[in-house]
Amino acid sequence: MNVMYFAWVRERIGIPHETVDSDAATVADLVAELVAREDRYAAAFADVSALRVALDQELAAFDAPLAGVREVAFFPPMTGG
Amino acid sequence: MTVRVQPEPFDAGAELNGFAQGRSDVGAIVSFTGVVRDVDGGLREMQIEHYPGMTEAAIAGIVAQACERWSLADALVIHRHGPLAVGAPIMMVATAAAHRVAAFEAADFLMDYLKSRAPFWKKEVTVNGAEWVAAKDADEDALNRW
Repeated sequence: MNVMYFAWVRERIGIPHETVDSDAATVADLVAELVAREDRYAAAFADVSALRVALDQELAAFDAPLAGVREVAFFPPMTGG
Repeated sequence: MTVRVQPEPFDAGAELNGFAQGRSDVGAIVSFTGVVRDVDGGLREMQIEHYPGMTEAAIAGIVAQACERWSLADALVIHRHGPLAVGAPIMMVATAAAHRVAAFEAADFLMDYLKSRAPFWKKEVTVNGAEWVAAKDADEDALNRW
């Protein structure tokens, strides 16, 4: 699946998006896999309560299932307007 | 209904003059323009990042909700991204309805939802460095009004 990062999440991880091969069942499982990879992921996901997630461009919860999802995006709370 | 997400500047006056033209059922037009504000005298520029694809879909969804709830004759949302100078227009909304209460309320609703449900992120570049603007609890609380 395509995993995207925005704003300070992108800056901490150092890339805007990447392809991830994962069997993670939920968003939280995917986060745990990423955090185990490298410190920069651990730094970005240190406090998931400060993050939001979108699945195929719709806001979702961290316990949402990933079955059939093609695009996951992580970002801080939005500041538009 | 019109939604535009663009890096280019826009002319809020020209947009407003062209909005909801030729609609004989419109008795009220309300518009809001957001402008880059220098808080402490040290802002060099505002940078706005967004999520192409989701941004347009999220705004269209918010506009559709407003149109249904207030029976709007027309609605316009323009939101910029990229680097913006102090004083530059960031975004505008306009609403057209039969009566002013609906037009005012729908514009207010659009602003509240665009602030915390459209995937934009603001970064302030100041003389002391760059910092992402944090979302405020008040912005989230504002959604509960609706």
